[in-house]
Amino acid sequence: MAPTQKLINDGNHTVDEMLAGVLAAHPNHLALAAPRAVIAKSGPRPGKVALIIGGGSGHEPTFLGFVGKGLADGCAVGNVFASPPPQPVVDAALATHGGAGVLLMYGNYAGDVMNFDMAAELLQMDNVEARTVLTTDDIASSPNPAKRRGVAGNVFIFKAAGAAADLMLPLDEVERIARHANARTYTMGVALSACSLPQTRRLNFDLPAGEMEIGMGIHGEPGIRRGPLKPADAVVDEMMDAILAEMAAPAGASVAVLVNSLGSTPLMELYILYARVAERLKLAGLGIHSSLVGPYCTSMEMAGASITVMHLDDELAKMLDHPCDCAMFRVG
Amino acid sequence: MDFTTQNCTDLFAALAARMAAERDALCALDGLIGDADHGIAMAQGMSAAALAVENLATLQDQFNAAAKAFLNAVGASSGPLYATALMRAAKAAGPRAAMPRAETPSLITAMAEGIAHRGKAAPGQKTMIDAWHPASEAAKSGASWPEILQAAQTGADATAQMQASLGRAATLGARSLGHKDPGAVSASMIIAEFARALG
Repeated sequence: MAPTQKLINDGNHTVDEMLAGVLAAHPNHLALAAPRAVIAKSGPRPGKVALIIGGGSGHEPTFLGFVGKGLADGCAVGNVFASPPPQPVVDAALATHGGAGVLLMYGNYAGDVMNFDMAAELLQMDNVEARTVLTTDDIASSPNPAKRRGVAGNVFIFKAAGAAADLMLPLDEVERIARHANARTYTMGVALSACSLPQTRRLNFDLPAGEMEIGMGIHGEPGIRRGPLKPADAVVDEMMDAILAEMAAPAGASVAVLVNSLGSTPLMELYILYARVAERLKLAGLGIHSSLVGPYCTSMEMAGASITVMHLDDELAKMLDHPCDCAMFRVG
Repeated sequence: MDFTTQNCTDLFAALAARMAAERDALCALDGLIGDADHGIAMAQGMSAAALAVENLATLQDQFNAAAKAFLNAVGASSGPLYATALMRAAKAAGPRAAMPRAETPSLITAMAEGIAHRGKAAPGQKTMIDAWHPASEAAKSGASWPEILQAAQTGADATAQMQASLGRAATLGARSLGHKDPGAVSASMIIAEFARALG
């Protein structure tokens, strides 16, 4: 098969070349504390819990796009689809913490857990208290909520924790709100075509023409079911059936919605999906408090989308509405 | 004849060359049950380790430098696992410029223990432990290097019949059956290079 076409210079240097561009484009928002350790120019301050996020590259604007005042203080940038090593996590935390402790947040993947746990051990040696909250919003990835992967719902979950930290709440409270946000966030995705790693430029899984895969992960991890591509409304219905059943929110409850592109699926299709999502929520008697539509957690050039619904309460609604100013995401 | 720091430098050069040569094949294997990046991680890690071990005074310094270089180049899951393995090998080799070849199988045992500790994995879960554990058991029983390698390869082959219960392939359930675990396959390649250099 012919190599996939990408606008890159050298497949081995894509992450560092992307970082150079991000820093050049957003000098008012972002700085580099150390190699692969991106920090917010404003936001970190004495007495504030530092929120450090991170993960593999290839999901932009996740993770580094969510660094900024009101959201994350720093981000460790891994290789494409690979957890960052412990050092940039430690570097970002030490550069931004305000003496009130550090909260590490990232998606639940085996590699990330090992690297961030090593980072937490290194921070404890520096007498910096570090706690961890894993995101586990991908309901297709396991029947056991604790074993699920973290995917696009990250944006809501990080947002809630970042707001709590920006409100100068203590580490216990920021951690509690982060866990609460994660427990009430539900995502399901559908893939229509594969993506390719820049080093190999080969498609990372084989999805025959005319087929879709429901529940596929953001690195191409196999999902729940593969079958012929259906009309958008039918695809939304399958995903919303699962999300609504899992969420079990009473009529009258309020939600936040994210319809996310996995990379190459355009806004036109995302809004077609959104229209049906909104109908389904209305039928379920749920009110939409706020919505995001666009590429928030991508898988390079993968085609497909994910739907995230966060079951709000007054506290979570307040956290989502709190202003933030990041290079690739703004509220208020 | 002892295993010297020069032999150790050569060993890491061979590991880097082997992982570079197998990179795409390991990625393809990983694409069947994972996220298709295992070959890239192993090639990057061993290439960084090979540069880091040059011109150091002791085997301990070399394995520790390899551990740190591998971890910082890779992250991922192979980073912490091989970094911990190589730090355990450093401890087993000790602060000396050479070690008797008869002692070198203890490096495999030390590495296997490090991987099991960091990954909290047991044999039978379709991970790299399924190659490292039998190799370690063979090393502990006084087996020769060809026998240690045979144990690793048999273990890696057996992962095709296992259902993953740990790591990224665990979400696949029965769909992981029939495919060898890429981490176990690269482990048997690493042990093959150790056997070639130390046997």
